[in-house]
Amino acid sequence: MAWPRAIVDLEELKAHPTVAGLLAWNRAAVTGVKFDRDEMTVCIDRSHIREACTWLRASAECDFNFLSDITCVDWYPAEPRFEVVYHLLSIAKKERVRLKVKLDSAGPAIDSLTTIWPGANYFEREIFDLFGIRFNGHPYLRRLLMPEDWEGYPLRKDYPVEGYR
Amino acid sequence: MILNMGPQHPSTHGVLRVLLEIDGETIVRLMPDIGFLHTGIEKTCEAKFYQQVVPLTDRIDYLCPMTNNLCYVLAVEKLLGLEIPPKAQWMRVLMNELTRINSHLVWLGTHALDLGAMTVFLYCFREREEILKIFEMISGQRMMTSYFRIGGLALPPPLGFFERVRDFVGRFPSRVDEYENLLTGNPIWMMRTKGVARITAEDAIALGASGPTLRGSGVDFDLRRDMPYSSYEKFQFKVPVATEGDVFSRYMCRVRELRESNAIVKQALEGMPEGPIKADAPGIVLPDREKMKTQMEALIYHFKIITEGFAVPPGEVYQAVESPRGEMGYYIVSDGTAKPYRVHMRAACLANLQALPKMCEGGLLADVVAAIGSIDIVLGEIDR
Repeated sequence: MAWPRAIVDLEELKAHPTVAGLLAWNRAAVTGVKFDRDEMTVCIDRSHIREACTWLRASAECDFNFLSDITCVDWYPAEPRFEVVYHLLSIAKKERVRLKVKLDSAGPAIDSLTTIWPGANYFEREIFDLFGIRFNGHPYLRRLLMPEDWEGYPLRKDYPVEGYR
Repeated sequence: MILNMGPQHPSTHGVLRVLLEIDGETIVRLMPDIGFLHTGIEKTCEAKFYQQVVPLTDRIDYLCPMTNNLCYVLAVEKLLGLEIPPKAQWMRVLMNELTRINSHLVWLGTHALDLGAMTVFLYCFREREEILKIFEMISGQRMMTSYFRIGGLALPPPLGFFERVRDFVGRFPSRVDEYENLLTGNPIWMMRTKGVARITAEDAIALGASGPTLRGSGVDFDLRRDMPYSSYEKFQFKVPVATEGDVFSRYMCRVRELRESNAIVKQALEGMPEGPIKADAPGIVLPDREKMKTQMEALIYHFKIITEGFAVPPGEVYQAVESPRGEMGYYIVSDGTAKPYRVHMRAACLANLQALPKMCEGGLLADVVAAIGSIDIVLGEIDR
């Protein structure tokens, strides 16, 4: 069973309820879409992520009330270097959507989602700890897993696997 | 007053440090401090071939190795678009549910021990020992099994395996009765757990809690039933839900899950299909030893898989399974090479732990131990 080709054309995916909802809400916030391997990905403009999540959570037709996960991917040396990835789940509709925000390598920062889901707290702290991305409005942005005085961000691609010796 | 609990404390189930601000016996503020077990598994994965990551997944959550194996191999199989034969899928369900029983038994034993009921611990570990022997029989390992592989299973089940599991499944419900006799109606147990460490459904959802921690607050959601994987849709089972949101509710959810898991194992035994245990994908699945020693082509595939792995088409997937603790998810990004570009584990415990302050603040100091036990944390999974 080979997967069909990934769909990245916005016109083809306009009918998807989540995409349609987001487009109707704010066309400028959506910078790209991808439907691949049965999973929906929506790229969101960096300045709109908090409003987009607020809307996705509140709207009756989407109802993404559960924040499954936040993580990050480092595409070093490409620019924009970082991709912050959000996985939302609708408990009532049993559906998932993935949101992506691209960030440049110079002083990467993005709005925190802790005001919408307090559960975003640890996920964002983990990304701050391991990737060095700042979350604006986070209540307690400190290292989570590494020691407080650790230098560098271990999950970045320019950080060696065995660490600096 | 600020009180330090842990990291070395018998009731923190590993190395969890909890900072407690107390006023007399009342908790004013609670702050978990984690990271003592951080081993950088996500980073290590990026330097390994896809098949070499399987043994690492065991070590994340050492109480449910098979669930982690399952979640990882499902994610890679989804990336590859592999079709898994029915027998392998059913075996995966069977082993996965035995793992759930195993994990819940450790939880029940240690949770009861924390609250002063010592006998239950010994009873639980008696049954757990039998499950570990079953694991050893099928995979050669008691705990770090690595039994599920990309494309199927490592080995066919040995002779006498199904009889042994059937024997265990027949005996187990009466053993759950024993635990319940000791705890469920016990006045001391009820006083320690009822109305303690409450959390509402809204708070649990907002904090990202999943699994029994969420269902104990009355949210009827289980990934096995609601977003099925690995042929769970072919099994009949109930999802236990309790409404109070206290320690007792979470206890009841898990104890009833023990019985449901046992019923699933029984169904898997009865309806076990015949057929191969590995997918037909020569470049990805290792050939049988027999073929490898008699056929040139099989030998070449074997050599290539071991030395240079196999390329996975570029893309990304998020695969979640219902682990004994909640939503265990793997997010894997492939750049088209034989090593994953990024592997991220969504640990159920990490999110569940965030519910701890909400449960404990305003409560009594002695109830912190009950609350920590009731969210069933495994620090290996939290710290990764």
